Amino acid sequence: WRAPPGTRTLTPRFGPSKPMLAFRFLRALTLVHRTAANSSNAARSRRIQRAAFASMAYSAGPRRAWSRALLCRLHFHRARRRCAGRRRAAGVPRRPSTTGSPADGLRRLVPGGTGMDYCGLLEETADYIRCLSEQVKLMQSIVDSVGPGGR
Amino acid sequence: MSSRRSRISEEEITELISKLQSLLPETRRRGASRASAAKVLKETCNYIKSLHREVDDLSDRLSELMATMDVDSAQAEIVRSLFRS
Repeated sequence: WRAPPGTRTLTPRFGPSKPMLAFRFLRALTLVHRTAANSSNAARSRRIQRAAFASMAYSAGPRRAWSRALLCRLHFHRARRRCAGRRRAAGVPRRPSTTGSPADGLRRLVPGGTGMDYCGLLEETADYIRCLSEQVKLMQSIVDSVGPGGR
Repeated sequence: MSSRRSRISEEEITELISKLQSLLPETRRRGASRASAAKVLKETCNYIKSLHREVDDLSDRLSELMATMDVDSAQAEIVRSLFRS
């Protein structure tokens, strides 16, 4: 993955651009619709969830450790899917923390967190939360515009 | 870990913690004064978990909607509403 020419290498102040996030996610949704039209709701939902994390990670790009970790996880899962038949949605942190300090809990929740030092973890967490809440807002507005009342 | 931390000032860590705190929804509502680092980290964990749950739920809803909607006209409407907001 290479940043397009002219892209600043400094961390943008407000994270990935919203139109880019929307564009990627809508494109992924269209693909899911085309290829999973006859799947069960659960299977489609898992694919949409994976698309959500993928869009987030691609939009953030390689500038962040959490997005790099998500992208690695997604590619790894895609390669494994060809051999194994595992249905677990990739890129989604699944195990809630039950032991350890709060920082350890955070490390388990933020992608790539287990390798980070304390300061890095705090910075990555802030960025991850910002991007995650943008993704949630985007999905909510799609549901709102398409849901009952919309077409 | 302690030898690395001595190179990073306590001030920096405090600043990062309050930056995190400002992202938490409760803080925005109540304008809470600065909480302890442990509390902020715990609340942050809870917040991330709730965001993950929201992605889960919204994925379910989108999946149900997808089964019934006409994607092309829906897409046009979505793009329109996204650029309106």
